[in-house]
Amino acid sequence: MAETTLAPPEVQAETLLDSNEIVLNMGPQHPSTHGVLRVILKLDGETVLGTDCVIGYLHRGVEKIAENRTFQQFAPYVDRMDYVAAVSNGLGYCMAVEKLLDVEVPPRAQAVRVILTELNRIASHLLWLGTHALDIGAITPVFLCFREREEVLKIFENYCGARLTTHAFRIGGLQYETYDTFEKQCLDFCDLMEEKLKEYHALLTGNRIWVKRTKGVGILNAADCKDYGVTGPLIRAAGVEWDLRKAQPYCGYQNYDFDIPTAENGDTFDRYMVRMEEMVQSCRIIRQAVDALPQGPIKGKVGKVIKPPPGEAYVSIEAPKGELGYYIVSDGSLNPYRVRVRPPSFVNLGALDKMCRGTLVADVVAIIGTIDIVLGEVDR
Amino acid sequence: MPDTPNPDDKPRPERPARPAAAARPARPPRKPAEMPSEPWTGELPAALQERFGDRLSQTVLLGGQKLLVADIAAALEILTCLKQEHAFDYLVDVTAVHWPDKQEQYEVVWVLYSFASNERVRLKAALAEGAAAPSASALYSSANWLEREVYDMFGIEFQDHPDLRRILMPDEWEGFPLRKEYGIVQQDSDWVRENLKIESAQ
Repeated sequence: MAETTLAPPEVQAETLLDSNEIVLNMGPQHPSTHGVLRVILKLDGETVLGTDCVIGYLHRGVEKIAENRTFQQFAPYVDRMDYVAAVSNGLGYCMAVEKLLDVEVPPRAQAVRVILTELNRIASHLLWLGTHALDIGAITPVFLCFREREEVLKIFENYCGARLTTHAFRIGGLQYETYDTFEKQCLDFCDLMEEKLKEYHALLTGNRIWVKRTKGVGILNAADCKDYGVTGPLIRAAGVEWDLRKAQPYCGYQNYDFDIPTAENGDTFDRYMVRMEEMVQSCRIIRQAVDALPQGPIKGKVGKVIKPPPGEAYVSIEAPKGELGYYIVSDGSLNPYRVRVRPPSFVNLGALDKMCRGTLVADVVAIIGTIDIVLGEVDR
Repeated sequence: MPDTPNPDDKPRPERPARPAAAARPARPPRKPAEMPSEPWTGELPAALQERFGDRLSQTVLLGGQKLLVADIAAALEILTCLKQEHAFDYLVDVTAVHWPDKQEQYEVVWVLYSFASNERVRLKAALAEGAAAPSASALYSSANWLEREVYDMFGIEFQDHPDLRRILMPDEWEGFPLRKEYGIVQQDSDWVRENLKIESAQ
């Protein structure tokens, strides 16, 4: 038998891969892509070699619309970006315009803003948890999560009449005073939430299937998080104790006592634990804010006509998904000259390829879930 | 039904003409307020000014926010310096603003953050129509998608970008929506007819 010379292992591996490579299209109409996300996967057997995201199916030109609306008229539009965390979107936008106007927001308005934003953070995390677990195959959590989320939406509805796209805040403060049972409802919800979180932990945290499907999946370490601009629970799960509410406090967050939950491995399971803990911390903040709710006016000195001086400002907040920034340029007219939204979902999704490479195709679904994207915000 | 005359049909009595606007006391023209701006002093701006000299035209605190204005040719060098020597390891955002009346129509904006010093810096550089901006994607991976979006919306090319193609609009779309001359109801009718099989998407 003639002696055959084998190619070096790298080359062998490469030729082997070439022969097995297939391209698989996932989405845009796929139940696990959380909306209209299309991912083109390059596979070798079941191993992912690379991905390409096709986004923009939900692009409505929000930034262009802003240039054709007055500052107040544009405020409801921002709710339609990250529609599961509409309150956070509104907070960021109002804060950016207030920065341009150099307006002080009264303490009562700030406290109510904190309460509603934290309630919204819990609602957003609940929706994430339910759908993420559903993607991985656990059907029960989604019903439980929606049950608790409903309580938050009821508070929103009582407060401003809307459940999802709330437009709860106005430039300079709030439009509405809180209702009679607002404080009680918020505290009751915190009690309920802390009770129910135990139920979620009992369902998922020790669940062998859940652990096997999430531990070691979609790892993104701290250096990669910074490189890809990934923020929010993802960077905290990689061990970076960074939260804009602590790093650059706004809205009076410096007055509340809360922790930044972190983890070490930066995998899907750690992000799950971080978000679960964030809900507990949000409850802590809500309790403190309700207990110390100051009396007083709810709107700062803002005229009926909002005309910020020529200038620009970049203001960012810690949205449930990461750093949400608004860069607004004013030319001194009634309409913003330019509104740029720095969406956390869009930037975080940019790291999908990095997280997916080398994992199994079934894990792609887990990884999309763990990034916690809302396509309304990715595409704007 | 009796034929009652519709009250709306009656010719309305003409209203007396409003007093001329000139009769009102004229308001003194209000001076347009400016955003408070002060020079940004400290170690970092001093180090940058010494190193880049004239190419860094402004280091200011605009409304309390740190802002650098530089030549587009020096932008990449400044970004590299900020990242490697001053630990600005997180590129928050890349965007642009269109000023059609200015000689250099575009303004490219980079927002940087340093985890070590908890500092945020904004770098701006003016760019002429048709010129290319330097790509920061070799420095920061987040620049990849952010620059693609700027290209998609403004048509600004980024030199040495690994994969510069549209990201939010369809690949074959014509025009760049965030340019000021692009109207809000404007659409690529050919694309709409071909792909959506309808006459208009509006």
